[in-house]
Amino acid sequence: MTAQVAIATTKPAARALLIDITRCIGCRACASACKETHGFPGDGSETELSAVTYTVVLDKGQDRYVRRMCMHCQDPSCASACPVGALHKSILGPVTYDAAKCLGCRYCMVACPFSVPKYEWRSATPMVRKCDMCTERVQKGELPACAEVCPVEATVAGTRDGLLAEAHRRIAESPGQYHPVVYGEYEVGGTSVLFLSPVPFEELGFKVLGREPLPSLTWAALERVPGIVTIGGAGLFAIWWITHRREEVAQAKASTRGAGGSGGGGQP
Amino acid sequence: MTRFRRPGFWAGLLYLLLLVGAGILVVRYTRGLGAVTHLSDAFPWGLWVGFDVLCGVGLAAGGFAITSAVYLFNIKRLEPIVRPTILTAFLGYVLVVVALLFDLGRPWNIWHPLVMWNPRSVMFEVSWCVTLYLTVLFLEFAGMVFERLRWKRALVAQKATVVPLVIAGAILSTLHQSSLGSFYLIVPTKLHPLWYTPLLPLMFFLSAFAVGFAVVIVESRLSARATGHRLEMPILMEVARALLAALSVYAVARVYDLADRGVLAEAFRATPEAGLFQLEFALGVALPIALLLHARVRHNTRVLYGASLLAILGFVANRLNVSITGLERSAGVSYVPAWPEFVITLMLVGVGFGLFRLAVTYLPVYPPGPSPVFLEVPAKT
Repeated sequence: MTAQVAIATTKPAARALLIDITRCIGCRACASACKETHGFPGDGSETELSAVTYTVVLDKGQDRYVRRMCMHCQDPSCASACPVGALHKSILGPVTYDAAKCLGCRYCMVACPFSVPKYEWRSATPMVRKCDMCTERVQKGELPACAEVCPVEATVAGTRDGLLAEAHRRIAESPGQYHPVVYGEYEVGGTSVLFLSPVPFEELGFKVLGREPLPSLTWAALERVPGIVTIGGAGLFAIWWITHRREEVAQAKASTRGAGGSGGGGQP
Repeated sequence: MTRFRRPGFWAGLLYLLLLVGAGILVVRYTRGLGAVTHLSDAFPWGLWVGFDVLCGVGLAAGGFAITSAVYLFNIKRLEPIVRPTILTAFLGYVLVVVALLFDLGRPWNIWHPLVMWNPRSVMFEVSWCVTLYLTVLFLEFAGMVFERLRWKRALVAQKATVVPLVIAGAILSTLHQSSLGSFYLIVPTKLHPLWYTPLLPLMFFLSAFAVGFAVVIVESRLSARATGHRLEMPILMEVARALLAALSVYAVARVYDLADRGVLAEAFRATPEAGLFQLEFALGVALPIALLLHARVRHNTRVLYGASLLAILGFVANRLNVSITGLERSAGVSYVPAWPEFVITLMLVGVGFGLFRLAVTYLPVYPPGPSPVFLEVPAKT
């Protein structure tokens, strides 16, 4: 607990989590504390995220346990996808959700590379549900429930920079124990939830993702919009002007000749 | 509905669909989407997005292609089909918005994108484009209403705005037809490589542009039965030529893109995706092109309609592959729509046909009586 607080108090604002798979004993205290904090049914033994399960602990065999939860991306796909900004990367670190803005299009669920946001399918006024890194607790100066309750400091909270330094320190200190990569340092532009593992992350079911934030892929299309509007508008107007001018000229010629020309412009 | 060959059958079917649909909607709005659909956390978008929205918007693309051809490119021969295509597009978009009201989890907030801006969101752009384009289509459609009501001043005002409206419509359509493809740019790890390409927006635009012409051809046949007006062969051939050209451009772009990304071999593997791609491309793109070449040579209307129908089915297959089947492998689950999803979809299609019929009966969609461009066929009773 003390070491955790030391990291956490370096800068209580920008919040991140470091999850060390080599330390996790699979007790699922994090998952059940999460349930309790949010008042959700269940005991933390679930194996899939849902509208009432924000984190799960998956048993990958050989005494390896992997937590699954919102990664709180630095440049979140969900927040870029949301047409109304109901999902938002807060300066505190967590990606938060505002149901009052949401129209329920569920593009966030489609867009998330980790398939994290879940939905209240059986509700007449459904909301998108996912981990918000205990924003309410953090605002009160408390730790996220999962980090607070972990008995072995497998999940610790702190600033992202602080936790990255800590992660690399652990790798450098015992290189044999760790796969020398911090998952989340660069994935999809970086995440606020970081993982350390004894083996390559693919072996534990982590998604292999590039370094590019995914919102840049849709932005590549969106940034062309102003050009299409201006050039397209001018181009179409020019076409209209030319075709109708051609017709006027044809009609004028026809009338000077005194013949009743049909004035059929356009393409052959 | 008296002029249908089997009076009452289609109307009866529509009433039945409306009745069952209303019941489904009551359940949907009281117990949530999960009560009437097979949507899930692993599969948040299903038939209502894949067909009702993506296909609905795409199939209405004829509206901007034909109006641009006539008013901007001055291809006057196509003038007789302007009104039916505007009507189709207008009804298509109205139904897309209705479908959205069913599919959105919190539909009372549907107007939010107009005031809560997130310009980084493709959904935001599409919301604006669809809102603006629906307005454009409404104003284009209003001309028919004004004419029917003999509101001369309104009609004159409406006619004066046609060119700016058509230009706005063409740009808005270009933007959001392609943006429906841009939706999926953000899922490079989820969508199968046969469909995921950085050129998704271009592919969506090209295929929608092509299928718009196919819809015009099929619709002309359907409305010939309903109204007794049949399109003249030269006009139909002109549209068929446009369809052939547009579909060929799409086919070349699609194959070139697959080859360029080095995934052409994926199309010939023994995977479900490869089978679906072959179905989509061989039956829905290559075969219609071959048939259209034949129809052009032979002036065979049957072949022409068949080819157009295939192109429409190929288009639908493509949209469903992008939005549903191409995502199944990564989702790890298979999605088959629940029966209420089918009923609501059929209901919307039925309402579309019903409204089209009402409109051609009561509005000057087709010029009255014999006209130089329409052949009068005896009304079937």
